[in-house]
Amino acid sequence: MGNGTPIGRVRGLGSAHHGAEHWLQQRYTAAGNLIVVGYLVFSILLLPDMSYATVREWMAGLVPPVMIALLIVSVFWHARLGLQVLVEDYVHHRGARFGALLTLNLAAFSGAAFGLFCLARIVMNIETEAALQSAMAAAAAASAASQGGGM
Amino acid sequence: MAQRPLSPHLSIWKWGPAMLVSILHRATGDAMALVGLPILLWWLAALASGPEAYAFFANLANSWVGYIVLVGISWSFFNHFASGIRHFVMDIGAGYAVDSNNRWSVLTTVSGFVLTAAFWAVIVLR
Repeated sequence: MGNGTPIGRVRGLGSAHHGAEHWLQQRYTAAGNLIVVGYLVFSILLLPDMSYATVREWMAGLVPPVMIALLIVSVFWHARLGLQVLVEDYVHHRGARFGALLTLNLAAFSGAAFGLFCLARIVMNIETEAALQSAMAAAAAASAASQGGGM
Repeated sequence: MAQRPLSPHLSIWKWGPAMLVSILHRATGDAMALVGLPILLWWLAALASGPEAYAFFANLANSWVGYIVLVGISWSFFNHFASGIRHFVMDIGAGYAVDSNNRWSVLTTVSGFVLTAAFWAVIVLR
């Protein structure tokens, strides 16, 4: 451990061995965003409108909820990395910077968790409604059959 | 402390296209993170909560304020997308010659606006 000039201290500490990690993760998630946000953009363009019924019907498919789940993970991760750079560049006070990065991490993870939870609820709502409708249709058919048999 | 000249001479510079692309890349990325993502979560929460919550969101989105915000977010995306592609190209070491860098910087910024216009043209005209 160097204990002289700042640069000497840095040299004494040596490399943390993940200098390029942030930079690489920003690129990995950027490439992911290209795919998943591109999918959302084309979906918005191809859907006839953005009404509740239309979007729910779209979400009932196999691929859309998976792509939106991937979008939430990739985009929130990328946003966390980007906002980290913003904080590191403009928040100079060490305590304030630590606080800002702590808040950023909590917000990014909370936001992603909330998004994924909402998505799970959307899919469960759709499944429940479909199950309820088919059960009601079956009950109606059964009662019609029993009434027909009684007469 | 002795008064020494500061590098890179903060008072001597002029505007160039690459500066604009760089600033817009940061501004649009941070705008999407701070404004776009909360709206994405709001949209998903409304969809999860039922038709009334979705109608509330849709009414706001269809107001003139809503359109300003949504057009802003879509432009942020297309601009960030175009300058992001430029970053990928520069990551492999290409496009640093002054002429081509200036040309691609202008093209990047212009294509952000063109893609936004095309996106909304499809939505309005469908």
